[in-house]
Amino acid sequence: MREIRFYEALIEAMAEEMRRDERVFLMGEDIGLFGGTFRATEGLMAEFGERRVRDTPIAEAGIVGLALGAAFGGLRPVPELMTMNFAIVAMDQIVNHVAKMRYMFGGQFDLPLTIRAPGGGGTQKGAQHSHSIESWFVNAPGIRVVIPSTPHDAKGLLKTSIRCDDPVLFVEHERLYSVKGPVPEESEELLIPLGQAETKRPGRDVTLVAWSFMVHDALKAAEALAEEGIEAEVWDPRTLDPFDWDALYASVARTRRCVVAEEGWRTLGVGAEIAARLQEHLFHELDAPVQRVGAADVPTPYARNLEQAALPSAEDLFRAALKICT
Amino acid sequence: MISPTDQIKMYRQMLLIRRIEERIAECYGEGKIGGFTHLYIGQEAVAVGAINALNQDDNVIDTYRDHGHFLVRGGDPKALMAELFGRVTGCCKGKGGSMHLADAEHYFFGGTGIVGASIPIAVGLGLASAYREDDHITMAFFGDGATNQGVWHEGLNFATIWNLPVIFVCENNFYGIGTDVRLSSAFTEVHKKAAGYGIPGYLIDGMDVMEVRQRCEEVVRLVRGGAGPALIEARCYRYQGHSMTDPGRYRARAEEELWRKRDPIPRLARQMLDAEVVTQERLDEMEREIEAQVEEAVRFADESPEPGPEMLYEHMFRERYPSDPHA
Ligand SMILES: Cc1ncc(C[n+]2csc(CCOP(=O)(O)OP(=O)(O)O)c2C)c(N)n1
Ligand SMILES: [Mg+2]
Repeated sequence: MREIRFYEALIEAMAEEMRRDERVFLMGEDIGLFGGTFRATEGLMAEFGERRVRDTPIAEAGIVGLALGAAFGGLRPVPELMTMNFAIVAMDQIVNHVAKMRYMFGGQFDLPLTIRAPGGGGTQKGAQHSHSIESWFVNAPGIRVVIPSTPHDAKGLLKTSIRCDDPVLFVEHERLYSVKGPVPEESEELLIPLGQAETKRPGRDVTLVAWSFMVHDALKAAEALAEEGIEAEVWDPRTLDPFDWDALYASVARTRRCVVAEEGWRTLGVGAEIAARLQEHLFHELDAPVQRVGAADVPTPYARNLEQAALPSAEDLFRAALKICT
Repeated sequence: MISPTDQIKMYRQMLLIRRIEERIAECYGEGKIGGFTHLYIGQEAVAVGAINALNQDDNVIDTYRDHGHFLVRGGDPKALMAELFGRVTGCCKGKGGSMHLADAEHYFFGGTGIVGASIPIAVGLGLASAYREDDHITMAFFGDGATNQGVWHEGLNFATIWNLPVIFVCENNFYGIGTDVRLSSAFTEVHKKAAGYGIPGYLIDGMDVMEVRQRCEEVVRLVRGGAGPALIEARCYRYQGHSMTDPGRYRARAEEELWRKRDPIPRLARQMLDAEVVTQERLDEMEREIEAQVEEAVRFADESPEPGPEMLYEHMFRERYPSDPHA
């Protein structure tokens, strides 16, 4: 199969959906002429023009609010937040409006919008530009949270998200954009249903749950564990809402051990929810307490050594797994 | 000129809002309505004059003070009352409440309880019209307080750069809860506040439904014709407290008296009687009809069932997945 980069997969997904459905359009800061801060909309203005690829002012609450209004008006907007960090500026529109207006109006309106947001740390961008805050949105009912780890998943999930009749927050990790991976030819339609996890590496001794960039750390950790004679399964939920709980329970019921890794802050992260559900559902099947790996509860520091100390790594995953497997 | 039929229609709409809200206040006192309820009494001429200047398929979006706009847009008084009572027959099946009325069928995109937040959404509705090149326009209602919110400014800026068919209607009642606009706003003449965005502003008397209607029709014509966004400042006064729990100690009695003398409902009645558009008998009859309509709405709400427990998890998403919480 051909290999393309993560950002190229995103471009293909958007282009295909825009060709397919006239109601789909993009809006965001520097997405048009500039091509997107991470090149993820490169070439789209040339193909689709200014009407469907709209450069916006630097006004994140406004961007999300307009996208929501356009969805109310029957369009299928795909707004881009230049980065996830600025979702914090748009929090009221996302949580109070995008996520609530279907329910609070008794299901009268479909709100099909897909908010794309690059995020994550590890590149010395400091405290305000390194967020992995997907847990905040999983905590808020009413918006789907999609968070792919490979070019293949990025393409298939973005296309499905754009076709979804509900609001989706589509989280992209900044360190994934240049990652290459196999993706079917454009002539083959690639759609991945939401709520379907994928086992990225099978194993029988411990389940490593990871999403987004952490999947790649988990794969490294699994390599290292294999050298210790431990066969780790790397399990990627791919979407955090909906969440493929049954598949997770099946994996952990087999391996009887689990480590959850996330790049976000450990306290009250998605890992806390996963650990809680595992003990509720599989208490008697577990051979060891569920381990959580996550970021230190500090604003991400700039200095390279401190940033590395703050963020979770393959090494942390390896050690957490080793601790419960021996 | 507003036709006699239209004058009577507007009178009836204002009177319905007034009477239904008086009844809402009673029901609130009886504990039949909970939470926050913000009455529109005193400001009726704005919703009635402005919305009647629109077509039925234009968009309207609103704040938490939304009973009046909902009714004028064509919302059913029974569905309003049932929503306030938290009943399944309410316009949002009892899930919204007083602050979150909506009516898809009548292009009423709801009340939000977050001051200013409806503005970018309104502009997005305008964007949808411009994108499709249809000739619908969007009208957004909000208070003076909203004009100091960041998203208000973001929305106006967007509306201008993309030349969107949106009419921003500020109902300037001079207070945000208990804070005088002079204390909260660097610039109290709201209609001039849009100048920085190149948006024309119009100052109108929000206590005179005929003026509101006529001036709004002019603005609607311009905006529908492609002139871009416009701002209307309708000066008005709410006769009741900010919400049901407001004793209203911050306003001078004399000021209240002054505004009560300008009550838009008797004002239109007088005008219609003088012009012999209507007789006193017809007005009395209308009063009785509305009273019956209000009582019917209350009875309907009272007799309607609550939403069943199985509805707790309904209406979350169009597309459902096995992991979604369910009853
Ligand atoms: C973002 C936000 N801040 C504060 C409030 C609380 N609050 C509700 S109404 C209101 C006053 C708004 O005044 P104005 O915009 O003039 O509208 P009015 O109530 O006079 O119609 C305030 C402060 C809120 N609902 N939302
Ligand atoms: Mg006010």
